Amino acid sequence: MSWISRETIPARPAPPVPSRGWSGTRVAGHLLMALWIVAGASLLYYLAENVMSDFVRNYWEKYLDGIVVTLQLVGLSMVAGAALSLLVALARASRNPFVSGIAYAYVYFFRGTPLLAQTFLIYYGAGSFRPFLSDVGLWWFFRDAWYCAVFAFTLNTAAYQAEILRGAVRNVDKGQWEAAAALGLRKGITFWKVILPQALIVALRPYGNELILMIKGSAIVSLVTIFDLMGETRRAYSRTFDFQAYIWAAVLYLIVVETLRRIWDEIELRLTRHLRRS
Amino acid sequence: MTDILTLISFGPDGWGDEIARGVLVTVALALSSLPFGLVLGFLVALAKNSGEPSLRSAANIYTTIFRGLPELLTLFLVYYGVQMLLNEVARLFVPGATVNVNSFVAGMVALSLVFSSYASEAFLSAFRGIKQGQYEGGYALGLSRPQTMRLVILPQLIRLALPALGNLWLILLKETALVSAIGLDDLLRWAGIAARVTKEPFLFFGGACLIYLMLAMISSIGLSRIETWTRRGEASR
Repeated sequence: MSWISRETIPARPAPPVPSRGWSGTRVAGHLLMALWIVAGASLLYYLAENVMSDFVRNYWEKYLDGIVVTLQLVGLSMVAGAALSLLVALARASRNPFVSGIAYAYVYFFRGTPLLAQTFLIYYGAGSFRPFLSDVGLWWFFRDAWYCAVFAFTLNTAAYQAEILRGAVRNVDKGQWEAAAALGLRKGITFWKVILPQALIVALRPYGNELILMIKGSAIVSLVTIFDLMGETRRAYSRTFDFQAYIWAAVLYLIVVETLRRIWDEIELRLTRHLRRS
Repeated sequence: MTDILTLISFGPDGWGDEIARGVLVTVALALSSLPFGLVLGFLVALAKNSGEPSLRSAANIYTTIFRGLPELLTLFLVYYGVQMLLNEVARLFVPGATVNVNSFVAGMVALSLVFSSYASEAFLSAFRGIKQGQYEGGYALGLSRPQTMRLVILPQLIRLALPALGNLWLILLKETALVSAIGLDDLLRWAGIAARVTKEPFLFFGGACLIYLMLAMISSIGLSRIETWTRRGEASR
């Protein structure tokens, strides 16, 4: 067995790490990052400089009120929209072509037209039916910009949420229905106890996106005289012509949206922990 | 009550021609924001897809900002902010000079920014759908990196990104309604003026909604045409 070597080959030194060098992309990336850092630093400097200004002293409470109004509007219409979306989704799945056709038209209309136009249609358009609405006793509802905005947002988000729900329910495996039927569960109970919980987990991410879109979309209610965060901003700007009104609004919106996104990610992580293998 | 047909007719008594002009502005705005948004979105997606961490985070900051801000606020920031900036610059050269920013251009810039940040996500997920072997195949054929991108990757990328981009186009079309807030005479603004003058708000805002719906339908037809066109190589399979 002389061909077997008696001693092992000594370990070789590890090859040198190739230097990454300053390629074009790396230079571009560092330049862009430097640009962002400069922009962020100057923004922070600008905000710090103005945090004691008259503008902030006069308006910071208004801005907080505005955030509360925005969150109230979005929260209310999201919850009401969720309830309505269940009906719409059920109607779309109906075998009756008339019912499913109406639900389809509803969803198509509210997804195909701008939210701003819908809000105008409800808030201003209700004026065309004033005698009728007064007779029915609903004029107090449509006279008020706040109710109209909540109504428009509810109808709008219900259409989107119905689509989310429909997609999620269809995503649940057919075997789940069959297994529940084999266990002797009625269709309604199967839907509530077996299908919906699984569907909602799939729907978590789109629901989060819808929430963010609603927060952002809610800025348009400032155009129908509601003083949400955007409305307060516009009022402050029109009184002072101080551009920091918009800068503060941008910062606040980013904070609200990012916070909600983080919270939603946490919720999702928590609710799907049984699906992960660690 | 005035006859509805007179109100929506074309001519001195009707609002048809004004509304039609508004539709043209809406469509022109959406169409002119589209190329900028697409190119910018593609570049941002390239940055997000690159191996260079600094470039990736720079691109991520960009999308975080423009996806987190309400579109209306972005519009106002661009409209008033750019105007102020330009005024400051102009005063350096000519004291007391004022510059007015065109609301069409402001709308175009704001919509392109928002569109590009969403489009970059669409492009990025399309990039993820293309296997590494496609790049390697391109290099093995002796194509340079730009050539591989243009001849091998891009055709597949467009096909993969098209459904998402189609949705973004429909969203863009709807977002153009916001420019009525900075005084651009688009469809919604003309509908508002007509509603105030004629005291028929439901007719005109409802009509505006229907026109938006029609534009969306036409777009969907066009988009499905484009989609079949991008899939023409697969049809025989």
